[in-house]
Amino acid sequence: MKVSYYPGCSLHGMAKEYDQSMKAVSRALNIELKEVDDWSCCGASAAHNTNFDLSIALPARNLIAAEKDAMDVMVPCAACFNRFKMAEHHLKADKDLKAKIEGVVGAKYQGGIAIRNPIDVIYTEIGIDALAAKVVKPLAGLKPVSYYGCLLLRPPEVCEFENYENPFMMDKMMGAIGADVKNWSYKTDCCGGSMSVSKTAIVVDMCDKLTGAAQEAGANCVVTACPMCMANLDMRPSANMKMPVFYFTELISLAMDLPGSKETFKSHLIDPQPLLRGLGLI
Amino acid sequence: METFLEEVNKKIHGVPIQSCYHCRKCTAGCPVATHMEYNPNKVIKMIQNGQRDKILNSSTIWMCLSCETCITRCPNQVDIARMMDVLRQMAIEEGRAAKEANVLKFHEAFLSSIKFGGRIHEMMMTVHYKLKSGDWFSDVDIAPTMFLKGKLALLPPRTKDMKSVRNIFEKTKNI
Repeated sequence: MKVSYYPGCSLHGMAKEYDQSMKAVSRALNIELKEVDDWSCCGASAAHNTNFDLSIALPARNLIAAEKDAMDVMVPCAACFNRFKMAEHHLKADKDLKAKIEGVVGAKYQGGIAIRNPIDVIYTEIGIDALAAKVVKPLAGLKPVSYYGCLLLRPPEVCEFENYENPFMMDKMMGAIGADVKNWSYKTDCCGGSMSVSKTAIVVDMCDKLTGAAQEAGANCVVTACPMCMANLDMRPSANMKMPVFYFTELISLAMDLPGSKETFKSHLIDPQPLLRGLGLI
Repeated sequence: METFLEEVNKKIHGVPIQSCYHCRKCTAGCPVATHMEYNPNKVIKMIQNGQRDKILNSSTIWMCLSCETCITRCPNQVDIARMMDVLRQMAIEEGRAAKEANVLKFHEAFLSSIKFGGRIHEMMMTVHYKLKSGDWFSDVDIAPTMFLKGKLALLPPRTKDMKSVRNIFEKTKNI
């Protein structure tokens, strides 16, 4: 299948591991990616905190750009995904707003393409069995907890993600690649998001709570699909609460033994290589 | 004249917030309620009471993380997350000093980065934030490691059609 691809700023910056592994996994699963032409930032958390119209117009510019290719747009970053879905929701519900935003962006919004997250694309379009069939190196001994965070799921009527209080798609995927996924109650708790820099002490507490719960669940790592969750969990937990964190695509890439699959681990702040080496996975 | 409640409801453009019957599920699920001056459900009550200054000058509106747990769990679909957005936007429009100044300064630094190149340049945004906030010493220990690990790009990324991006900022400013 072929989809439009909106990497967003994070995947070209701090979350480059997500971009690299996303591209490798897509290639291996025959998902052809066509980057959205001349994309710009979606506004993330900053726009909706300060100006509603701006928070709709910024993602609308990119949605309109993606519509030119007439394919579903795949948005790996949870924050971008959320803002795209939010813009779609408001533009479809409010004709006056749509007219106003089209005036701001200077182009028409058709609303004809679906906004999709790679978790859903891989789970729904490729399927768990096809994913399992591609595994050459099952991740035996790896015990992740799946961490979905806020922005993929909420608000549910906007994000339209499965089981918003207890999602399972990432858990199933991790099971398919041979990991021993641990169950826990913090799948959808908040990591502190955009307050990481401005209210660091609070975010440290929130991240400690998450990694503490992961340890209690018997996990030896956390797997996520959100660059903000990744950044916070990789940077913020207290020294004794740190735990390796992975993007789900990095682990799929490793299990499929794709080219470059070991490279992305080197840029994590919490080095996951000792864990993976200890388990004989790298 | 419009009451504070009417004004907020109009901007939320959804379920009127007085549908709240104070079950406090929003507050129970809020990850930062303990750090707030007023709990989310109390904010609703205070808006009904017309306590405009107290709310718009409070730390509560800036402490909200927009995790959207409140709206997800509200039995009456009162969109508290959107309400918090609206209150922040009102405070900004009225030129009020944000009680949690650095939270707003971070958002402003983020938006400046978009205005500059269309995309976020993390290093430039961080410098911008530090200039605005005077918070020079946070994360100075992490930054060099991040740079060495290639997480911080030197050159700012750029959207080619910057005119269209600047237009968006220009046109939404006065709506």
